[in-house]
Amino acid sequence: MGEWRGIWVFIEQDDGVIEESSLEVLSRARELADMRGEEVTAVLLGESVSEEAAKLGRHGAHKVILVEDPILKYYTSDPYSKIMARLIEERKPDSLILSATRNGRDLAGRLAVKFRTGLIAHVVSLDYDDEGLLMGKVPGFGGNIMAVVKCVKGRPQMATVTPGIFDVKEFKGEAEIEKVDSGLDPEQVKTKVVDREIKELIDISKSEKVVIAGMGTGGRMELVNQLAELIGADIGVTRPLADMGLAPRDIQVGSTGVILKGSLAIVLGASGAPHFVSGIKDMGTVISINKDPEAPIYEYSDHYFVGDIFEILPLLLKKLKEG
Amino acid sequence: MGLRNIIVTMKVVPKIEELEFDPETKTIRRGAAGNEINPADKNALELALRIKDRYGGRVVVVSMGPPFWEPYLKLAIAMGADDAILVSDRALAGSDTLPTTLTLSKAIEKIGDYDIILCGEESSDGGTGQVPSGIAEWLGIPHVTFISDVMDVTDDNKAMVKRTIKGGHEIVEVTLPFLAAVELGCNTPRFPDFRRKRWAEREFQLTVWSAADLGLSPEEVGLKGSATTVVDLEEVKPPTRLKKKYTGSAEELADKLAELLKSIM
Repeated sequence: MGEWRGIWVFIEQDDGVIEESSLEVLSRARELADMRGEEVTAVLLGESVSEEAAKLGRHGAHKVILVEDPILKYYTSDPYSKIMARLIEERKPDSLILSATRNGRDLAGRLAVKFRTGLIAHVVSLDYDDEGLLMGKVPGFGGNIMAVVKCVKGRPQMATVTPGIFDVKEFKGEAEIEKVDSGLDPEQVKTKVVDREIKELIDISKSEKVVIAGMGTGGRMELVNQLAELIGADIGVTRPLADMGLAPRDIQVGSTGVILKGSLAIVLGASGAPHFVSGIKDMGTVISINKDPEAPIYEYSDHYFVGDIFEILPLLLKKLKEG
Repeated sequence: MGLRNIIVTMKVVPKIEELEFDPETKTIRRGAAGNEINPADKNALELALRIKDRYGGRVVVVSMGPPFWEPYLKLAIAMGADDAILVSDRALAGSDTLPTTLTLSKAIEKIGDYDIILCGEESSDGGTGQVPSGIAEWLGIPHVTFISDVMDVTDDNKAMVKRTIKGGHEIVEVTLPFLAAVELGCNTPRFPDFRRKRWAEREFQLTVWSAADLGLSPEEVGLKGSATTVVDLEEVKPPTRLKKKYTGSAEELADKLAELLKSIM
């Protein structure tokens, strides 16, 4: 495996805007590269993203491979996976790390098979062992246990990293940027974005205060919204509410959603399923309200109020407004 | 124009809330937990049946797992699938994503004559959603993940699918044949028809293939064929919390909570 060298990070962008969690991965990759005396290469595909590419050195990239083509404005699997496969074949990186966003996972699964290589998915830690094998911790079975997984076969070694796990860091120096042709024939592209509709979303992985609605709210969000607004918090939900389509999955808290890192979580009517509590374990203070005096969420709460949220919340809102 | 086969991949998963971890032996006690069809796979099957209703075709379910999954495949038949295949072989035990996607792609090739392959977006038992795009790569066909609907299939061999993205959705045009990963909860899976259920349970003959039937050697699958290995399992200890419990009237609790919020903010 001597010829496979360096750590690559796939930098995700959408319409010219870089995905924050790609920078988290890039920063971690740089720390690992420094320990191993390796180089970090950021790979950025997009329509017109030269200016964004220039910023990647600050967050850890030694080099940037930049591919620009109108077809690459939004992520779609066919052109992106073809270009990435070609670059990997030509340049042979030892490792390729991506953020475990929808698009990162979409691309990673395909490339791992293409190169018959190991992919550690959705890690919450990332290291190399003494033999240079990529190693990550993966929460399993709803977050109750952590599997330590290694890549043992194939190159590049691959991992996708849960967004919000690592911090974006600043590094000195500028990255050397290399522009590469996409080589795409628009006629041959098999997946194309033809229309889209998006709303501005708040990234709650960075929120200091979050009010989280569980099944106990029945998905009735009026009081939840009012409380959040009053105390300057953002809103999250548990998995069942997202499963039922009552809230977008982007604000689902837990091991298959967002891992929160802020100072205060107020949990309303959530029982405390294992996959959920792993999303609030890093919060400074956890306050819960639940009808059930013995719900599992009690074990994960600093302050546990036994009662009906629909009775307590209106009174609480009134008191908070009075000051 | 009628579609050719619509193939749905399916997995049976333990109900995670019923699983227990034994920190002594570092194993998961599956014994006590009940099983179910992976919820997202049920959404994929429902979508396949809706596509069939609109554009024709034959819905075939394919699964890779132990013989005890048979009743769950019969349930898929009862819901309306035309055929079901179980790939079952001890040699497949311990397969990670690489041999799993290889095996499923070989089974899909053996079924053949397909236009659309639908997978659940991920499995509920620690799934990470890497299987669908991996299968598509083995088959050499395009894929789209996190879709909530197939809006249209046109005569020029293209489909319009609705894909969930950060903050919204997009419409992706994809060339047939293609694979799509279907989002959990995007539709309501139908209940099995009672008569069809009875027929499926009593008369339907499940096709079972071994690894050898798919031309797979023991080196390619199972632990040997895997590219990752689990070197350790750790129990995640809950963080130390204050665990102060408050009871009383709603008025008293609201007072306490207001006081608490003011003190920490």
